[in-house]
Amino acid sequence: MPAILARKCLWLAAVFLGITVISFTVIHLAPGSPTDLETTLNPMADLEAGKRLADFYGLDKPLPEQYWNWLKRLVRLDFGNSMSSDARPVMDKIAERLPLTLWLNGITLFLTLILAIPIGVIAARNRGGLFDKGTTLLVFIGFAMPGFWLSLLLVLHFSIELQWFPLSGLESLDHESLSPAGKLLDLARHLALPIFVSTFGSLAGYSRFIRSSILEVLRQEYILTARAKGLPERIVLFRHALRNALLPVITLLGLSLPGLIGGSVIIESIFSLPGMGQLFYTAVMARDYPLIMGCLVLGAGLTLVGNILADACYGLADPRIRGSLRPAGGS
Amino acid sequence: MFPEIARRSLRLHSLLLLGLVIVGLMSLAAILAPVLSTHDPLAPNLDAKLLPPSAAHFFGTDALGRDLFSRMLYGARVSLWVGFISVGISLGIGTGLGLAAGYFRGLVDECIMRFVDVMLCFPSFFLILAVVAFLEPNLVNIMVVIGLTSWMNVARLVRAETLSLREREFIHAARLCGASSLSILLRHILPNAIAPIPVVATLGVAGAILIESSLSFLGIGVQYPLPSWGNILLEGKQTLEIAWWLSLFPGLAILITVLGYNLLGEGLRDIFDPRLAR
Repeated sequence: MPAILARKCLWLAAVFLGITVISFTVIHLAPGSPTDLETTLNPMADLEAGKRLADFYGLDKPLPEQYWNWLKRLVRLDFGNSMSSDARPVMDKIAERLPLTLWLNGITLFLTLILAIPIGVIAARNRGGLFDKGTTLLVFIGFAMPGFWLSLLLVLHFSIELQWFPLSGLESLDHESLSPAGKLLDLARHLALPIFVSTFGSLAGYSRFIRSSILEVLRQEYILTARAKGLPERIVLFRHALRNALLPVITLLGLSLPGLIGGSVIIESIFSLPGMGQLFYTAVMARDYPLIMGCLVLGAGLTLVGNILADACYGLADPRIRGSLRPAGGS
Repeated sequence: MFPEIARRSLRLHSLLLLGLVIVGLMSLAAILAPVLSTHDPLAPNLDAKLLPPSAAHFFGTDALGRDLFSRMLYGARVSLWVGFISVGISLGIGTGLGLAAGYFRGLVDECIMRFVDVMLCFPSFFLILAVVAFLEPNLVNIMVVIGLTSWMNVARLVRAETLSLREREFIHAARLCGASSLSILLRHILPNAIAPIPVVATLGVAGAILIESSLSFLGIGVQYPLPSWGNILLEGKQTLEIAWWLSLFPGLAILITVLGYNLLGEGLRDIFDPRLAR
């Protein structure tokens, strides 16, 4: 066991180091410099100003040295300061944006599972039936639906024509004057469409996955035993089959994290939600190197943590693999 | 043996056929764009601004009076290019690294697979966004960047195949005959290891088309004046309330095309891997 744990820690360290290397090189190998907007593109700035800025941010040092300095600060959880005019620590900027993105994705995953489990089970039970065919069609449409287009259509119909939901943002103008319940309702109305869009996007994959997982389990002998005992079908499906069928879903949860975080860029830009996706988008547009690197490291780090948690949960939920911890995401 | 299976499956899988039809029609539309288009896709016509669909303009016109139908035909070319080239790149990288990892094992395998682990941690849309915005956004950069961020599953699949193939008797036989590593890899392992590729490639095209249109919709994809379904939607957003056709048709085109490639991919999976047939 200690050997497995040590190997796992080594794997973790290696992958994290890899994440920092990619986050750093991806940006620094691209042509141009973060100070371009203030210097070469700004007719008021002379060469001297450019040099001073480069010196200020340490951009005149060789790349390996810049990387080493950045990494040294990173291990102390210091992501550096943003290069935008407010120059606040990257950590603070991310910390105020991250909760919204986490909440959005958390609610999305919760709703997805609540809906996907019954859909998957019923579709598997009536394999080839009308419900199965109908949901299969929906699944294919869900896979192919561009989230931004669905948002556009929903905004057109529900926000512009029917005016049920606000167009964008997180709070109405009169938010401060509302009662606590009113505030919550206001927030819910703003988040309804974005959450619907991302739930629709992930529902397809999950319900399909649960369906085939249940089909797999239903073939096993203990299900035959349960049926032979005369247990009602409901109990066989939801108590005996579902438990084992949900095990692989734990891994799927871990694997779907990067997609969810990446997808938040699109959803948050369309609905102007101040989350991490929008922060990253503006950081990219402003060439704010430290902020971009911070978001990349954090986005990948979250996925890494998610995968490790998923692995640990899998171990807890399935006693059969407890002795043989495999590295998360290992093949 | 394969043809019978294929024929039976073809008959059975109406979904696969539907996918084939969609993909075929869309490819045809893209290839024949210059023939089929009724107007110059780039020429503004200020007398015909924001016209609804009619016999003269099948899908209506945009805010500059350009014919939407013709623009979407050329947009289909963009989608097709992006899909094929980026999948080609990801297949090349994934197959190469997967072969090397599975065949040489040891340190090579360890390094390559850890690299795969690292790449899989990144929200790929974050990476794509950062790189495309930094290298100026254009068609070539988008294709390359999507390819560079989507090869990991291919590498894993090819590695798994290679690992089992390298212990098979015909490989031992080839080695005893004095074949070099390179020749064993390319002539004996590669042709057998790429069995899962058609499915992954077809589904990959669908994914690449979705990513390109999302990027173009965010304004960092295919740039003016080249029409792509994503940037037509971006322009249409300005006139969402008065010109629904600009937001409806390009989105439908993306939906149907991606649906077509997904159906084709799933159908191919049923044929090539009957164990997984559901």
